[in-house]
Amino acid sequence: MQFMLLFSRQGKLRLQKWYVPLSDKEKKKITRELVQTVLARKPKMCSFLEWRDLKIVYKRYASLYFCCAIEDQDNELITLEIIHRYVELLDKYFGSVCELDIIFNFEKAYFILDEFLLGGEAQETSKKNVLKAIEQADLLQEVRHLIKITVDKVF
Amino acid sequence: MALKIVKGSIDRMFDKNLQDLVRGIRNHKEDEAKYISTCIDEIKQELKQDNIAVKANAVCKLTYLQMLGYDVSWAAFNIVEVMSSSKFTYKRIGYLAASQCFHESTDVIMLTTNQIRKDLSSPNQYDTGVALTGLSCFVTPDLARDLANDIMTLMSHTKPYIRKKAVLIMYKVFLKYPESLRPAFPRLKEKLEDPDPGVQSAAVNVICELARRNPKNYLSLAPLFFKLMTSSTNNWVLIKIIKLFGALTPLEPRLGKKLIEPLTNLIHSTSAMSLLYECVNTVIAGQYWFSVGSKELCVQKLRILIEDSDQNLKYLGLLAMSKILKTHPKSVQSHKDLILQCLDDKDESIRLRALDLLYGMVSKKNLMEIVKKLMLHVDKAEGTTYRDELLTKIIDICSQSNYQYITNFEWYISILVELTRLEGTRHGHLIASQMLDVAIRVKAIRVFAVAQMATLLDNAHLLTGNMQRNGICEVLYAAAWICGEFSEHLENPMQTLEAMLRPKVATLPGHIQAVYVQNAAKLFATILKSQEGNTDSTAAQDTSQLMIDRLPLFVQSANLEVQERASCILQLVKYIQKLQQKDVEVAEEVNALFAGELNPVAPKAQKKVPVPEGLDLDAWINEPPSESESEDEQPKAIFAKEEPKHSRPRHTEVDEKELARRREARKQEQANNPFYIKASPSSQKVYQDAPGVEHIPVVQIDLSVPLKVPGLPMSDQYVKLEEERRQKERAEKKKKEKKKRKEKRSGRGKKHDSGPESEEDITPAHQVDIVTEEMPESNCASVRFYLSRPLADSEKLPVRSHRAAEAAKSPAEDGETENATSLEPKKKSSKEKREKKKDKDRDRKVMVKCWIHHWDCAFFVFIFFCLHFLTGNDAYHLLCSCKSDFKGRLNGRWETMSDTVYDIQGNLQDGSQVVVSVIFENKCDSFLKSMEFNVLDSLNSKLQRPEGSGPHDGLTVPFQLPPGVSNEARFVFTVQSIVMPQKLKGTLTFIVKNEDSSTHEKLDFKLHFTCTSYLITTPCYSDAFAKLLESGDLKGSSVRLEGVNMPFHHLLARICFHHHFSIVERIDSCASMYSRSIQGHHVCLLVKTSGQTVSIDAKCDEPTLLGNVLDEIKQTFSQC
Repeated sequence: MQFMLLFSRQGKLRLQKWYVPLSDKEKKKITRELVQTVLARKPKMCSFLEWRDLKIVYKRYASLYFCCAIEDQDNELITLEIIHRYVELLDKYFGSVCELDIIFNFEKAYFILDEFLLGGEAQETSKKNVLKAIEQADLLQEVRHLIKITVDKVF
Repeated sequence: MALKIVKGSIDRMFDKNLQDLVRGIRNHKEDEAKYISTCIDEIKQELKQDNIAVKANAVCKLTYLQMLGYDVSWAAFNIVEVMSSSKFTYKRIGYLAASQCFHESTDVIMLTTNQIRKDLSSPNQYDTGVALTGLSCFVTPDLARDLANDIMTLMSHTKPYIRKKAVLIMYKVFLKYPESLRPAFPRLKEKLEDPDPGVQSAAVNVICELARRNPKNYLSLAPLFFKLMTSSTNNWVLIKIIKLFGALTPLEPRLGKKLIEPLTNLIHSTSAMSLLYECVNTVIAGQYWFSVGSKELCVQKLRILIEDSDQNLKYLGLLAMSKILKTHPKSVQSHKDLILQCLDDKDESIRLRALDLLYGMVSKKNLMEIVKKLMLHVDKAEGTTYRDELLTKIIDICSQSNYQYITNFEWYISILVELTRLEGTRHGHLIASQMLDVAIRVKAIRVFAVAQMATLLDNAHLLTGNMQRNGICEVLYAAAWICGEFSEHLENPMQTLEAMLRPKVATLPGHIQAVYVQNAAKLFATILKSQEGNTDSTAAQDTSQLMIDRLPLFVQSANLEVQERASCILQLVKYIQKLQQKDVEVAEEVNALFAGELNPVAPKAQKKVPVPEGLDLDAWINEPPSESESEDEQPKAIFAKEEPKHSRPRHTEVDEKELARRREARKQEQANNPFYIKASPSSQKVYQDAPGVEHIPVVQIDLSVPLKVPGLPMSDQYVKLEEERRQKERAEKKKKEKKKRKEKRSGRGKKHDSGPESEEDITPAHQVDIVTEEMPESNCASVRFYLSRPLADSEKLPVRSHRAAEAAKSPAEDGETENATSLEPKKKSSKEKREKKKDKDRDRKVMVKCWIHHWDCAFFVFIFFCLHFLTGNDAYHLLCSCKSDFKGRLNGRWETMSDTVYDIQGNLQDGSQVVVSVIFENKCDSFLKSMEFNVLDSLNSKLQRPEGSGPHDGLTVPFQLPPGVSNEARFVFTVQSIVMPQKLKGTLTFIVKNEDSSTHEKLDFKLHFTCTSYLITTPCYSDAFAKLLESGDLKGSSVRLEGVNMPFHHLLARICFHHHFSIVERIDSCASMYSRSIQGHHVCLLVKTSGQTVSIDAKCDEPTLLGNVLDEIKQTFSQC
């Protein structure tokens, strides 16, 4: 996988993950172009399109589009499966996820994605394992919240 | 007081965390940029503080802003600071920010090396994990080099969580720092058998990706992957493994055969569409075509995908189908119905895929039907892009391979005319060029085409409604030209002339106006000719007057070309008018301006005309002109270039006689040229009174549909017409057959199959002049033509004069290479051969290696033979064939063939089938394509051809060969009797394509089926063996081998290996051996040795077979 983009129906980027080194300018250009192309497609159309020398696989969940770019020999269907897995993971983690969850906790969405995919390849196919890893890492982070709460209480 | 200050700073510390920022941005929709710039200022303040928590918060906000498209590269150093925090909370944020914001040119990356190394070896697995994740995004060659060793150590970490990540990131490291691959590979390989499935899957992933880049290195892992493939149930892993095999099989064809079974099993059993799709794709891309029914299975499965209601599956199914279409159009064609259905799909991307497929599926039979359907879609199509796509596809489909599938050109012209109704299409020029092409090349259609074009010109106002952005007016260019050039066919030339000189024409683009003016002049000439015969001379004068009245409009044109032509013609007409007033007949002279027939000429024709002897093109004919003169010349040249398309030969002065003579000579030349299909005078007649001519629609004016150009025939009618024509043809044929049968009533009249008509039965109603890239005389048209034709003089292959003689000689030569004894007349040819050998390296262009093995037999049965293609020699011929020693001892030219040897496992299924695998290796620098493999069948052995092809048709080799590439194809032979060895002659024809030319070439070869190749190693127990000998059914024979200089067990091994025997029993210097033929003959040997003499007593139920096998054994040992 070359990159993954999440964007809203209004074309606002919600999450981006690049697995190939590109300059910021190039990234912006690609994003703009792809968001336009995907949003222009009608709802009943299939989830694949050919774009430059890549294949784009996208799927819409509620108001969010999940969009992945894969290479020529890659399997479109398994990429759809990856997208679906990721959505399921978000759903489990946030408890019926919505766009706002991802906007306000965007770093969490990244952490989950990083546990699921690494360097563009699926690293863990078991949902349970991914969530376990995230939960334990979160536990380490709880300390920070405790500090903040005590500070708040003092003043 | 102090407390207040602290409180204030702490307040500020936490006054805006990420959530606040996001909320703020959402609340400031109107002045977002301004709000964010104040936020960035705040962040800059926060970053200046020492408190790491504040910094981390700032970095977190920056990461969010980065996603929104703001530049945060200025904070790179702060990100590194946060990354190096000892607290996981901040570290995590730091690494996330780095992975989002850093790229290879970020200079602070080099500061991170030690920090990352520290994190990688942290006792906390999540520290390590976060570092690995981050690294996967921003790894640079330097980081890869410095950290490769640390990551490699992590591949053996105790926690699978870390191992998994380390393995995956190794791929990125390999990419950035390839030197790490060799030292790390053994450990990576170990991970394929890691107890944790996640780690295992990661390793498969990495190796699969590596193998895609360079498959050769990973061939040795094939058995391991094969094991994984048959044992794993994880679809993710299976997909990767199958992909990996897809990359490996081109290098090792044996894998294909091994894979086909598990792949078919998966295709049958899996419920996961992604896996099914991967399997099908791999089979399609792979070389497994000739095995079992895998191809059919794939097509079936694809049909199911396409029929599925899920758009995604439908799309992928069509995509995969188009891949099959390239190699096996026949198997896709049977699903035409389904693909046509997809044209109605609501999803445009699916429709486009289906259109792609249609191109390869048309035939003479269904072309009209398919195009009719497409025309309906053109009418319905909403978006112009899709409609334009349809239009180009229709034209592509119809015009492919020289209009091969068009049987009725009237229909095609009508289709083109109907297409001109499309508003706002960009492809007007495409339609125009088709009209021109058809009208020029299909002579019989001109009458009809001219009538259609005249109507178009008449209704030009409908086409040019809003012509500024209307590409369709390009067709008027073609219409005007056709009407002018073939004006003798016009029914009402006067009306057309008027249409061409309307004032509205002046609004057309310049290049079209120019054609209008020029062709108006042609029309004028024709009209004059017809009018001058009449007694009333005023008509002719009226015509001249019309020209004189209308042309001044064009003389004023801003376009130079139009202006020049118009003023020229205007003066000419004025002069004509003067003559007419003096009652001088001018028609003939005016017509001479435009005399001469226009013939299609291939673009490269001139190249093929040899420069006559004694002509030096570079030499000056006259003394070189002086400088000043050449300057004067220049402007002329510029003008001459203006309109190369329409420039006619300016030899109008050539007298009539000379012209007639030339025309006669050309006709003669064309008549003798098999590639020049001319419209014979009779064909025009046939057209005139063709069946159903009354169906040609009469002018109908339909005012209710203004967009339709009135009076133009609907192409649909031709579909009906065509049906009628074919039916009539069929009926006639039947009649003829009946007649024949009547004539042959005497008895042996063959039964004619009057079943469904085949492609060949459909004769086209019109014929096209075929102009291919090559000159007619050179090799073109079809392979079959080429085979039966002696080489023409134009062919540049050297020494062709000896061709016939050499071709006859080559079989004898083959015999010689095999037979040890040399006879008197052959000495000469062996001398010749030595000479050839000298030239060998230069000459050898293509080498075809081939071996025969049995269909899935238990042991590797083979015959090798080898073909050399020698250009520069008199013929291309088979150099040697070899039965037993594939290491090349028989002939020095064999080189190292052993790398192509391989074994096949399985069992004997069919006693009459033999499969020949041929590896084609392209050793020349050109691209080879359109390879056809053909063998001259004998009574006994026949090449299996697909159903419906004739007994002499060749088989298309399903691939093309770029230079230096080799590939394997398999051909199945049916053999009746196996008691005799046999040689089959064959030919391989192919096209050699260079940058600038392509030529047909052929290779002759021989296939040698030895009796040994029909034997299969079959174990036999000694008691069964004894029973067999006692039964008395077997006939005996014996042979003695002298001077065999090898240990007895070597000798036995040799017989076993080369002749497929197994040892039943061995006692000292005596052994009994056994083998079975594919048709169940028993062959028993008793081999004894004493000194250098070996005697073999043999028994078999088929004495001829036995004799031949013994001969072959003898030969094996005479060669060592």
